[in-house]
Amino acid sequence: MPDFPLLTLGVIAAVTLVSAAVAFSLKNILHCLLLLVVSWVGVAAFYLWAGAEFIAFAQVLVYVGAISMVVLFAVLLTRQHQPEENSPTRAFRAWGALAAALVATALCAAVVATPLEGNSSADAGLSVRQIGELLMGPHVAALLIIGVLLTVALLGAVLLAAPDAPKENFPPKTKP
Amino acid sequence: MKPCALAGFASEAPTFSSLEALPGDLSDWLVSFLPDIEWLRWLTASLLAIVLILTVFGLTFAMLTVTERKLLGRFQNRYGPNRVRVFGIRVFGFFQPFADAVKALTKEDIVPAAADKVLHLLAPVCLVAFSLLGFAVLPYGREMTLLGNLDAALLFFFAATSASELAIFMAGWSSRNKYALLSAMRALAQLISYELPLLLVAVPAVMLAGTLSLQGIVLSQADWLGGILPHWNILTPWGFAGALIFYIAALAESNRCPFDLPEGESEIIAGFLTEYSGFKYALFFMGEYFGMAALAGLGVTLFLGGWTAPCEFLQFIPSYLWFYLKLVAVVLSFMWMRATLLRLRMDQLMRLSWKFLVPLALVNLGNAAFWQFSSNWEGAWLAARWAISLAVAIVPFLLLAKTLTAGLGPRQYRYA
Repeated sequence: MPDFPLLTLGVIAAVTLVSAAVAFSLKNILHCLLLLVVSWVGVAAFYLWAGAEFIAFAQVLVYVGAISMVVLFAVLLTRQHQPEENSPTRAFRAWGALAAALVATALCAAVVATPLEGNSSADAGLSVRQIGELLMGPHVAALLIIGVLLTVALLGAVLLAAPDAPKENFPPKTKP
Repeated sequence: MKPCALAGFASEAPTFSSLEALPGDLSDWLVSFLPDIEWLRWLTASLLAIVLILTVFGLTFAMLTVTERKLLGRFQNRYGPNRVRVFGIRVFGFFQPFADAVKALTKEDIVPAAADKVLHLLAPVCLVAFSLLGFAVLPYGREMTLLGNLDAALLFFFAATSASELAIFMAGWSSRNKYALLSAMRALAQLISYELPLLLVAVPAVMLAGTLSLQGIVLSQADWLGGILPHWNILTPWGFAGALIFYIAALAESNRCPFDLPEGESEIIAGFLTEYSGFKYALFFMGEYFGMAALAGLGVTLFLGGWTAPCEFLQFIPSYLWFYLKLVAVVLSFMWMRATLLRLRMDQLMRLSWKFLVPLALVNLGNAAFWQFSSNWEGAWLAARWAISLAVAIVPFLLLAKTLTAGLGPRQYRYA
């Protein structure tokens, strides 16, 4: 009998990584986005595989449901024309590769340097109730701070997006 | 009902009728023919449950399409479809969906030359798949939950259904059609705006039940006051307000009239459906109806007590029938809305969600918290609890409605 969990992990990892890699090599930015969505779903599947169902569904809800929408709006509202063939220059490519390599090194170093505490499968069974109690009990300060931070960010976004002067007669008022 | 079913009703501690466990027993009986390998039996039992859900909701979809057409016909003082006959039998035209299915399957499938072929094909498939995912976690009955006992069932539901926005966008964008793209943008704006109140009014039900598991939420409502008055959430002030907001948001989330702006036939042809034909077009409708049924099922679970019977002595009717009855009733009321209300304008749509439903949903959250904290009040305090909660539900509604409609009416019609 084959090792099913390992096989599943392999499939999930392959889908996640391949879709992300293909997403970066495509010209059409909307195809890239849809492939990134596949990649995000792959990450969620990995969480599910690891037994963290809460974070898996939250990942789908936030990334597939919300962040993809934000990216879509950004792409559709900012781009006036069809994508032109603006192939990046060689220097641009080199800098890009350098930045990517640095980020990858930093991430890998951080992962390697972090000691993994013993058997992590003991924590995997953390139920939603336990997560809720932890968030509302010992970690309530962090939760509140994040809430305030996000609200401030939201207000900032609204301020940035608000027009300078309110448009007149919109929506059109009906005359009595 | 059969006499054996009534036995449960007569006894002191209710033992539930054999009909109650029938689907589970039937599945066990079928599986018992298989060789005794654990994963094979598990797989077969799961597949049986999936096939059952697909069959029931597939047939429901077929019947709902013809019911909707007939109901709309009656609302508009005409007959609706009544011509299709099979072997000379004409059951009021209720064979119509089967004729429609054959027609949709045999029609030419036209893909625009400029369209993005892959996405154009994937969009309807994704829509149906995502809307079917929601059915996985709904508790259909006392013994019938596929994943309903899942710890984060509600989260799963919203995660699965939020992905359908992407499918609609894929359809609109891949068609390479201005109207389709406009409709996709409309759909995105609408679905994002109404997901917020939908989520916000689901939170109080979770708060009061103390669990995200949908079966747990149903069980928290499975009690009766004096045997006749159910402990459903809709019969509390916060639950009533929440159910109304949920109803409106669910109408908008399933693109139903009066929120069918993404389709808006008279404005943008048929929106994201413009470049679709044949079976893909039918798939979109299937996805839409599945989504609507799933949302109605969630509403039934959160506010209408799920599969619980409205009175204690009505428990001899199996719980899954109650669930189905409630679901169909909610869907029929959706159709009634379609026949009654006019389509909103885009700015009205946005205003309704952000300036009206979202604040009210937030207030409702506070109201539910108050209801939770005052759960041990008795006597005169109980009356105060109801009075305060009702006031918190009604006063902001009236104030907001008055502020938002100030200067907007009443409209006078004059003949030129």
